[in-house]
Amino acid sequence: MTDASQMANGGSTSPLAIELSAINKSFGDVHANRDVNLKVVSGHIHGIIGENGAGKSTLVSILYGFYAADGGLISVNGQITTIRNSADAIGKGIGMVHQHFMLVPNFTVLENVMLGHEGSLSIEASAQKARNVLNKLSEDFGLTVDSDMIVENLPVGLQQRVEILKALFRGAEILILDEPTGVLTPQETEQLFDILRALREQGVTILLITHKLKEIMAITDDVSVMRDGEMVAHLKTAQTSPAELAELMVGRKVLLEVDHTPAKPGVPVLQAENLCLTTANGIDHLKDISLTLREGEIVGVAGVSGNGQSELLDVLSGITTPTSGSFRVGTNEITTQRPSDPAQLRRLGVAHVPEDRHKCGIILPFSAAESMILGYSGTDEQNQGWWLSPSALEQNCADRMHGFDIRPPLPSLASANFSGGNQQKIVLAREISTQPKLLLVGQPTRGVDIGAIEFIHKQLIALRNEGCAILLVSVELDEIMSLSDRILVMNNGQMVGELAREEADEQQLGLMMAGIGAEDGITTSQMRAGS
Amino acid sequence: MQEEGGVADLWLQFLLTIDATLRVATPLILCAMAGIFSEKSGIIDISLEGKMLMSAFAAAAVATLTSSALAGLVTAIGVSVLLGLLHGLASITLRGNQVISGLAINILASGLTVTIGIAMFKQGGQTPNLSRAERFRPIELPFAEQIGNLPLIGPIYREVISGHNILVWVALAAVLFTAFILTRTRFGLRLRAVGEKPEALDSAGVSVAKTRYLALIVAGVLCGMAGAYLSTAHGSGFVREMTAGKGYIALAAMIFGKWQPRGALLACLLFGFLEAVASRLQGVDVPLIGEAPVDLILALPYLLTVILLAGFVGKAMPPRAIGEPYVKER
Amino acid sequence: MSAPPALPRWADVGLIPLINVLAALIVSGVVVTIIGENPFEAMMVMIKGAFVYKGSLGYTLYYATNFIFTGLAVAVAFHAMLFNIGGEGQAYLGGLGAGLVCLMFDSMLPALVLIPLAIMASAGFGAIWGAIPGYLQAKRGSHIVITTIMFNFLAASIMVWLLAGRLKAPGQMSPETRSFSPNAELPFIHDIANALGMEMARSPLNLSFVVALLACVGVWILIWRSRLGYAIRATGHSAGAAQYAGIPVSTIIIITMAISGGLAGMMAINEILGVQHRTILGFTSGYGFTGIAVALMGRNHPVGIVLASLLFGALYQGGAELDFEFSTITREMVLLIQGLIILFSGGLAYMFNRPLAHFLGFLLTPRHAGGGRRG
Repeated sequence: MTDASQMANGGSTSPLAIELSAINKSFGDVHANRDVNLKVVSGHIHGIIGENGAGKSTLVSILYGFYAADGGLISVNGQITTIRNSADAIGKGIGMVHQHFMLVPNFTVLENVMLGHEGSLSIEASAQKARNVLNKLSEDFGLTVDSDMIVENLPVGLQQRVEILKALFRGAEILILDEPTGVLTPQETEQLFDILRALREQGVTILLITHKLKEIMAITDDVSVMRDGEMVAHLKTAQTSPAELAELMVGRKVLLEVDHTPAKPGVPVLQAENLCLTTANGIDHLKDISLTLREGEIVGVAGVSGNGQSELLDVLSGITTPTSGSFRVGTNEITTQRPSDPAQLRRLGVAHVPEDRHKCGIILPFSAAESMILGYSGTDEQNQGWWLSPSALEQNCADRMHGFDIRPPLPSLASANFSGGNQQKIVLAREISTQPKLLLVGQPTRGVDIGAIEFIHKQLIALRNEGCAILLVSVELDEIMSLSDRILVMNNGQMVGELAREEADEQQLGLMMAGIGAEDGITTSQMRAGS
Repeated sequence: MQEEGGVADLWLQFLLTIDATLRVATPLILCAMAGIFSEKSGIIDISLEGKMLMSAFAAAAVATLTSSALAGLVTAIGVSVLLGLLHGLASITLRGNQVISGLAINILASGLTVTIGIAMFKQGGQTPNLSRAERFRPIELPFAEQIGNLPLIGPIYREVISGHNILVWVALAAVLFTAFILTRTRFGLRLRAVGEKPEALDSAGVSVAKTRYLALIVAGVLCGMAGAYLSTAHGSGFVREMTAGKGYIALAAMIFGKWQPRGALLACLLFGFLEAVASRLQGVDVPLIGEAPVDLILALPYLLTVILLAGFVGKAMPPRAIGEPYVKER
Repeated sequence: MSAPPALPRWADVGLIPLINVLAALIVSGVVVTIIGENPFEAMMVMIKGAFVYKGSLGYTLYYATNFIFTGLAVAVAFHAMLFNIGGEGQAYLGGLGAGLVCLMFDSMLPALVLIPLAIMASAGFGAIWGAIPGYLQAKRGSHIVITTIMFNFLAASIMVWLLAGRLKAPGQMSPETRSFSPNAELPFIHDIANALGMEMARSPLNLSFVVALLACVGVWILIWRSRLGYAIRATGHSAGAAQYAGIPVSTIIIITMAISGGLAGMMAINEILGVQHRTILGFTSGYGFTGIAVALMGRNHPVGIVLASLLFGALYQGGAELDFEFSTITREMVLLIQGLIILFSGGLAYMFNRPLAHFLGFLLTPRHAGGGRRG
């Protein structure tokens, strides 16, 4: 630990923009930050990497005054300070670009930028001043945005630019970015990185929070690794490797290898043809999606999040009706004219592990037994006619808890009181136990501990081996590559390519996810030939 | 000659209805502007009714005791602001349910006004009749009679423009004031932001709670004036339940006006006009229909609001964060 | 700003409502004192008026009957996270339904057919008046709170128009229908008791009270033992999860509001079939709003609602007694208490929760040292 901190100090003369020592923060039983130390060198891009739930966001929220730390010291530019709220942080020259943008959607760019920093009581005067500053900033950093546009009409990448402008407008010399690329396309990410480099040129210190190794390697000068609320290493980026960082992040050698035998695909279970989904305000989420899924295979859908994968799951599970196109489950055809719904599709043997288990997969205040029949409360094996029998529900739940090693094995406990991994197991147990013909799975291991990940992966392979067709959507490329028999790649609502398991590698998938295959008209076979 | 007299008379009748419209609409306008301040800040305000009722009582009681309409007005404003702060305590600080808190204030006001009224004045919940000096009197504009005699235009000046008390003019000024604050000032910008996306304001270093409290205080002031108008300007004393749902009509007008000052003003005038027409038609036989269905005319504001809210004509979009207590993300 | 320990269920269900009532009574007591009366004396008058005097218990239960119906109405909607403050209007239209059936058929049908028909009509009219705002919420996105408020006023206008017009008994001044024939009357409990040889003082308490208790059982079964109840609760807790599960959320909202409106509408059977024996203007007297207080106090559970209804029944009956005993305090005192109870148990709900949770946590921790959750 001491070597690492010395390393972060680099040449011990370089001034520190931020120094945190022994920061602690708990939420109830959860110790989100434990004795966290951090030294950020002025004028550097400093990355903090860690898995979901490692405590990165809590740490920067403390730095930005959203939460008060339970203990510890914060120094900014060498001076010990207290940051009680965001106004304090802004006063100290700290700016933040939040993961979820803090923009008023129906305000113009200009209004958003000056909000809270208007300078005078009258808006007119403030607006004129703000406009001048904005023009200057956009010249200096290449941050061009039309300042009279309504923010909600801007693409996500530009909205993020507005966030950066907001921070700079407030005089930020230290800029914190919390998972800034999660919503960006690779191109937008590249543009963002150009901007960050330009900012560094001008002497701005940048703290980049991410869980993506690639980004750390691409842009940071220094990197700190967090795990389970603690800082486990401080390193110079140039002197480390992705493998080393990954190992530090998870605390052991990353081994996402599952016992994956070759698939024996059978008859088609799902056939989708030219599925399109367009929202009322004309945004295309899905464009001409066609795919076939056969018995006994896992087909992975790779892509940057927000490229239509969620909508694809929604359409195939019957939550959303496609605007055009059709899909066939067994012999049943579902079209816009003959739409279906989740209840009917479940009866046809389609099970669905949703991407967001808190929003959809379980109902937090319900008992585990009640969450265990979500989606199946209308089927007869759970009921007596119109009525529900609590004892039958609890018995059924207890059986499944035993089978899936769900802890604590208490059917009457509220779903909210289970850990993320156990909640996910509740969902999985429910969806798998009906012996589905087709399983739609979204982000099966998001926010789940390592032990549960292994368990879930094994369950999916076992289900495949029994002949179920599985459509796996995940933003974790490792997960896609280790589980899938075939890999489809989505970009901007389209399927841009397909790779067989053995020919997929991260680089190639990355290119396809960036939409390069589609734009350049390179077909899958050409890509195959090229590789 | 007969014919001409008929036309002039009809014209006069019409102008008198317009005049009545203004009088009836005044408390609605003040309350609707109050509602805009609360709701733009993200706080559902069904307590307009209760605030207005309590301040109507306070105004009349204090006006009687001090023989000063102005003292009554100041007290009314104070009482209404206090109720606003109570609503704020429940919905901002304690993050309670805003609808329930508003409802509680309305019921509280019903009980408290009568209880205190009986204890103070022993007139079954009413306050004593106010004398001319204890009320806000009509302001006759200069030359009202002379100009009033001019044909057609004259009666407009005499009947519609002249002869209103100061609070009517204050209500109209309140619309300009509200529009100005919302669109031209720093407070207005923050107010609109806090009702749409409070976390944006918070991360910009501005207190969400302070901004919302301030909005509720302004709303309280406006409601207080509406209450004082009812008991010490339009009426001459407090009568139990004298608001009779006007707070809710104002709420409806605010929604009907899509949370905008100008729209709300027009809606208040429309609803006021319907009430003025209804009271003129009381007991009048209308050809073909028979006795005028006054009760149904009076129900039109509610019906129109339902239709508008359902999006059958245009769409009323409330502020996005309305009704949600602000909690920082865990 | 650390999160307080969660309040144990027994405290949330048992202790908090008591503290809320106590706080409301204390504040009202302060008001009474300011007025110059003795609050304890007033309290005694109310208790005697509600329980001790001859027939007073019957009156208390008669009021409670209204509150059970309107309280259940609010509670059922709450389970779907819908705030139905239209109970007043739904009850009012329930009275129209019951009244119309009686006016049309009371000379033809025997009581055993007529009364069930009238009850169904009251529930049906109330259900329609609840289902329309439900539909507007589910399909058109109108805010249910605002729509139900508007529907209260619409109901009032319709009733004034009808009772002062078409439905008014000929040759009569007051806006009400003619009296129904005796076979439309629900029997009084004291009559039943007397018939069974038991001495019982006269009161407006009638068979509706039994119907109300049956409705409680029905609501309990509906919410916690039926598929529909599961769907209602799922919709209420998480619309996203309900959609994912294939529960037709819009339909559930409409059905829930219909059930809620139907329960509120049934309040009319107590007033119209039980006591007035005609439909009169303003018979709902704010009982629909009291239902909100009842549901809040009763934690949306039928048992809690019965208890809260008894409390409010006692307050209303005891409050009426205030008129006779004091020159300065009247039954409006009850409105004050009611407003305060709604304020404390709804708007200011977290005022007592957090301190109490800390206090209980402090009391209970030493005995379960290190007591986190199991597992």
